[in-house]
Amino acid sequence: MQQTLEQKPPVSPKVSAPPMAPTFSIPEPAQMPVSADYKTVGVPLVENAKFAMRDVNVFYGEKQAVFNVNLDIGENEVIAMIGPSGCGKSTFLRCLNRMNDTIDICRVTGSIQLDGEEIYASKMDVVPLRARVGMVFQKPNPFPKSIYENVAYGPKIHGLASRRVDLDEIVETSLRRAGLWEEVKDRLDAPGTGLSGGQQQRLCIARTIAVSPEVILMDEPCSALDPIATAKIEELIAELSQNYTIAIVTHSMQQAARVSHRTAYFHLGKLIEVNDTQKVFTTPDHALTEAYITGRFG
Amino acid sequence: MSNTNKKAPARTMDLVERSLARRYGAEKRFRFYGVISVVIGVLALALLFWEIFSAGLGGFRQTHIQLTLKFDPDVLEIADARDARQVQNGNFEGVVRAALAERFPAVLDRGGRRDLNGILSIGAAFDLRDKLVDEPELLGQTRTYWLLADDDVDTYYKSLREGNAFTARTSEARQVWIQELIDGGELRTQFNTRLFTSGDSSEPEMAGILGAVVGSLLTLLVTFILSFPIGVAAAVYLEEYAPRNRFTDFIEVNISNLAAVPSIIFGLLGLAIFIGLFGMPRSIPLVGGLVLTLMTLPTIIISSRNAIKAVPPSIREAALGIGASKMQMILHHVLPLAMPGMLTGAIIGMAQALGETAPLLMIGMVAFIMDVPNGISDPATVLPVQIFLWSDSPERAFVERTSAAIMVLLAFLVCMNTLAVWLRKRLERRW
Repeated sequence: MQQTLEQKPPVSPKVSAPPMAPTFSIPEPAQMPVSADYKTVGVPLVENAKFAMRDVNVFYGEKQAVFNVNLDIGENEVIAMIGPSGCGKSTFLRCLNRMNDTIDICRVTGSIQLDGEEIYASKMDVVPLRARVGMVFQKPNPFPKSIYENVAYGPKIHGLASRRVDLDEIVETSLRRAGLWEEVKDRLDAPGTGLSGGQQQRLCIARTIAVSPEVILMDEPCSALDPIATAKIEELIAELSQNYTIAIVTHSMQQAARVSHRTAYFHLGKLIEVNDTQKVFTTPDHALTEAYITGRFG
Repeated sequence: MSNTNKKAPARTMDLVERSLARRYGAEKRFRFYGVISVVIGVLALALLFWEIFSAGLGGFRQTHIQLTLKFDPDVLEIADARDARQVQNGNFEGVVRAALAERFPAVLDRGGRRDLNGILSIGAAFDLRDKLVDEPELLGQTRTYWLLADDDVDTYYKSLREGNAFTARTSEARQVWIQELIDGGELRTQFNTRLFTSGDSSEPEMAGILGAVVGSLLTLLVTFILSFPIGVAAAVYLEEYAPRNRFTDFIEVNISNLAAVPSIIFGLLGLAIFIGLFGMPRSIPLVGGLVLTLMTLPTIIISSRNAIKAVPPSIREAALGIGASKMQMILHHVLPLAMPGMLTGAIIGMAQALGETAPLLMIGMVAFIMDVPNGISDPATVLPVQIFLWSDSPERAFVERTSAAIMVLLAFLVCMNTLAVWLRKRLERRW
């Protein structure tokens, strides 16, 4: 017994930045480095860009998490971001509505423009920005309030409805769009936390769309859900893409393939390849992308 | 690894089984130590309660003597019972003395008379005056009342009933009179309402805790009104806004240290600053409340910070993610979720403040004050200080009153802690 314990390999080194998960699969992505002057292959830039990112670098203190990313997100496009754990895709996503501001040591350089407006400009107010760029998180996080209150909260604080009937209408349309109305219309006063995981996540989506955002960021929205709930969310994403621009980070390549128009592959904080989803999953341009989607590392 | 395990399964199991008995033995001892500790704790608590209750229950009863008296206008020197000044100066003690003389006609000598008059409290005369004020028609009439007995009679009667008569302060003549009254059913104990309706007094039978209770409540009111908002605001700033640097670290360490500072130091501080520097009066609940605020603040700040820390980050992200400003996030989501924890901390801090004596001695709330305070700037004392004062008094009757006051204080503390638990249960929301 004693001997086998001693033979154990040393504990893998700690990763410092909070949102980056430790990497432990073999071979690790770290063993497949990308040169500093890499160039993203494929079609990172588009004509009708809603979001335009140029030379985006993100640092956690001394450690750089995202390197020189150039990427456009088109109007009403669903873009999926895939890549191994700790590759910086979530960090990058959180730059788009400045959620990284809540982390003291996080620093962003480069240019991120929403409809030609620099979102990291000092005069940019994050409150309206986050109303325009909504976010759905990995773990369903409804407020510990009623279902109604959950959806009505955003419109209330932004003053979108002055009368109760208007608010009721926003709540109903948001819940309908999120595909939750039929399930909860008789118990709007029930606590949102009492719903199932999948329903909670759809409630969070309803809450996000209640403030009529232009872009919805989704950070692994299905990773805490079972397959049936996941299928419902995916259906919902397809529907929402008619009205919204959606950027989704996912660990599931099948999900990326099912819901997105374009797919971006991140590797160690670098954007390796952006192409039409179909192309990425059939004939990727870059060897690393191919290695990842064929499961040779993870 | 798996290979070695497969090769020698029998040997591993032998080793495990050999050590099993030892491991279970250790576990049994471990549990036993825990049980012993709990038993010691419960025994200590039971002993404390038994001691206080056995000594203090008597304090809730007071001996009364039945007498038939005549509101004689000549003795009282009152012509018009509706004239407040005349009634105020009326010779009610004369009425009591006359009634006693009538009840015990055999006592004729001066010394005996004085001894006889002493079996009733001077409070009895005050009671008669109050009755006449309420009912002016009583003038000239004869009535039978239960009147307040002197504390020596009270002590003697209670000790007599327990079969261990305390005679040091009761003359033999008095013992005979008391026996006569007992035999005639004219002496009994009643519920001691004075304990709850009057302020302090040097006469044990007339002393009550109302003044101290009101003083305590006023002091706590000042403490709560000041320390809860200040504590919560400080906690919110430190937790949500303050940058992490050496200065805020220094503040944090100091708050933790302040929580451990002996309370009497806060009393000295209050004496030097509030009374010395600002010239506020001594013995008033306002200064007491200020001092206790200083003492309670660290507790409230620390518990509020912990409550705020315990709010899941996902809720903050959810609020920020739909465009709530930081203040909206705090007011709409963080504070409501942290409220049960903050209130619990505040109530526990208040309970601590309620039981605090030392700092209040420093600012003069230890003075002998008979009147019930009417506001935060009236001289007052507080319950624990009242207990301290009574425990210091030589009269035997104060012993049981001290214990009775302790029981009242404990009742308040239990109520506050129950309130804390109830509030936590009530406001707690699951997520």
